[in-house]
Amino acid sequence: MVAYWIFALVSLLMVLAALVAVTNRNLVRATMGLVLVLFGNAVLFVLLEAYFLAVAQVIIYIGAIAILIVFAIMLTRHVGDAWGPAFHRAWAWAVVVAGGLAVGLLFWIAHWPAADGKAKSPVDPQYTKLLGKALVAPDGYVIPFEVASALLLAALIGAIYVAWGGRRVKGPYPQRSEEKEA
Amino acid sequence: MLWQYVPIAIMLVLSMGLAALIVALGHLVGPSRPTHRKMIPYESGMVPIGPGMRRQPIRFYRIAMLFLLFDIEVVFLLPWAVVSRKLGLFGFIEALIFIAILLVGYLYAWKGGALEWE
Amino acid sequence: MVPTSFYIFLAALLFTIGAVAVLVRRNTLIIYMAVELMLNSANLAFVAFARQFGDISGQLFVFFVITIAAAEVAVGLALIVTIFHTKHSVDIDAMHELKG
Repeated sequence: MVAYWIFALVSLLMVLAALVAVTNRNLVRATMGLVLVLFGNAVLFVLLEAYFLAVAQVIIYIGAIAILIVFAIMLTRHVGDAWGPAFHRAWAWAVVVAGGLAVGLLFWIAHWPAADGKAKSPVDPQYTKLLGKALVAPDGYVIPFEVASALLLAALIGAIYVAWGGRRVKGPYPQRSEEKEA
Repeated sequence: MLWQYVPIAIMLVLSMGLAALIVALGHLVGPSRPTHRKMIPYESGMVPIGPGMRRQPIRFYRIAMLFLLFDIEVVFLLPWAVVSRKLGLFGFIEALIFIAILLVGYLYAWKGGALEWE
Repeated sequence: MVPTSFYIFLAALLFTIGAVAVLVRRNTLIIYMAVELMLNSANLAFVAFARQFGDISGQLFVFFVITIAAAEVAVGLALIVTIFHTKHSVDIDAMHELKG
């Protein structure tokens, strides 16, 4: 019963926060809405007994990605904001497309045979061990594990290359306007 | 299983309640004589320099970006660390490969001077 | 125990909100956040199914999705910041150099 209440409260909060995140014109407020959604997701992960993922969600999404988005906002802020309309001029078509998407998804969920089946939950005290074993055991997800490392390497080099002005980082930094005023 | 979280919930409610109580008491009981000097944003007692939302130097952004990528490396190693003893040599070598690949990126960042704060 | 369909319903709702925002908003950073929103709703569905079927693979998928999202954020935001420096705008309609 408690789980129902927590779910209702958190999901309501998440939907409201998501609406704030995508409609607010103040970018910082939008980010805070996004952070709320991410946190709500972590709470739902706990409800779903995915404890490690809840922690990973908080560490990666809230601890790093949200920070990065806030920094990006602070870097791309105009002093005299003149944004023009917030919405693309073809918004009516987009709403039609997305409405179709929503109806399709809901129709599919409503007709999904296993939707009301009682969940068999893996409430395992060895939960994190299970996850670790599945991640690195020879018959588990070894290759994705290693490929993820290669992906992170590519992202690291690419991000450094782009963020340092598209030239080799060595030597005097490419001076940008922010750095001069700092 | 959810009962394990009751202490956290109690702490959440207590801390939020206490914070609200303190602010509310300050508003209700304390005298309010605002002057211009009192109303400016608090910046450790200094006179604030510029608006609070001015553009930040890009250095902070770059450091946050590097942090994000190495943050994920740590999160990946966590479940491995829990079972590392059971997996023996195979798991150990695997994690070594994982770290070695990312070490290349680390060296790239280091040698390129990305870790320097000018 | 909350039924799986509730979670899927919430995930569909969040995904739709994100999809509308990606199609409708003009600010690149907001579009970015909407993409994160959609990824998160997919994660939620994954974890809900993982519990439904008692299979831990769904949770591992979420783990990799989080990794890819983070890599995407690092590179994508660097791109947005760089584009802002040349265009002085984060408006998606201002980036039309490749239009034929």
